[in-house]
Amino acid sequence: MSDFRFGIVVFPGTNCEQDVAHAVRWLGHQAEYIWHQDTTVSQFDALVLPGGSSYGNYLRPGALAAASPIIAAISEYAAQGKPVLGISNGFQILTEAGLLPGALQQNASLTHICETLDFYVEKTVCQWLQLASGTMISLPVSHGFGSYYADAATLIQMESNGQIVLRDTQARIAAVCNEQGNVFGMMPHPERACEVLAANHPAGAGGTVFSTIVKHLEVVR
Amino acid sequence: MKHYNIYVTSKPVIYDPAGRASENTLAKLGFSGIERLRIGKFIEMQCADDVSLESIKQMCDQLLANPVLEDFRIEIVD
Repeated sequence: MSDFRFGIVVFPGTNCEQDVAHAVRWLGHQAEYIWHQDTTVSQFDALVLPGGSSYGNYLRPGALAAASPIIAAISEYAAQGKPVLGISNGFQILTEAGLLPGALQQNASLTHICETLDFYVEKTVCQWLQLASGTMISLPVSHGFGSYYADAATLIQMESNGQIVLRDTQARIAAVCNEQGNVFGMMPHPERACEVLAANHPAGAGGTVFSTIVKHLEVVR
Repeated sequence: MKHYNIYVTSKPVIYDPAGRASENTLAKLGFSGIERLRIGKFIEMQCADDVSLESIKQMCDQLLANPVLEDFRIEIVD
């Protein structure tokens, strides 16, 4: 029953696809890679755009990847209400492609932030984390352009729609979803916090993201 | 051959950490009186004569600038 097929989208410069595939398989599901020039994604139960530095982060992180042939197929897939997750650079690609509101700016510190942080799961419509609303989860982040920005009017709208998904302990936004709740972008890396062997991180916190979407898929199947 | 210069700058409300850091460093070097320093991108483009200004605007809207964070200005050089 619970054997779902995850498509993992790979762009030139993506570097977390194997970690995501490992996490998905470790949780008992199928993972397959999809090259950015492919245009068919309908065979998958969920799509993941992993982290990395697509196109060397040239121009702006995610900007060049957002013009890839696969993006039209992902947009169509998302419009059907099917689940799409963008992690870190994947989140940046989804905002650049217009599948999520707002944009990710350079960190105010100008440094690459690489540490494990605590996040509060907001009351949200997000299919990928709805069941964890109201809890704290601890996840690793690793990014140079992770400061979420949307104008004030957009943020008010997003808050009332339940589109703000994760905030850190300083109330900074770390993850958002679209109005329907199926397209989800997060700066932290859940795939790095699924199992004890993944070292420094509390095991299971990252698994929450994948197990929540699996529960959702079981209901809608 | 046409020659355009394109300036991509962050919107005034957007915090520009690189500009702020450079401003602070200039102050450390002893330069005073800087009111505001913002860092953006400069794009030099040469293209065929039949490429319209309108299509250069579309290039900026669709790729060269992110409308959420940035503004752009196109200068016709020749």
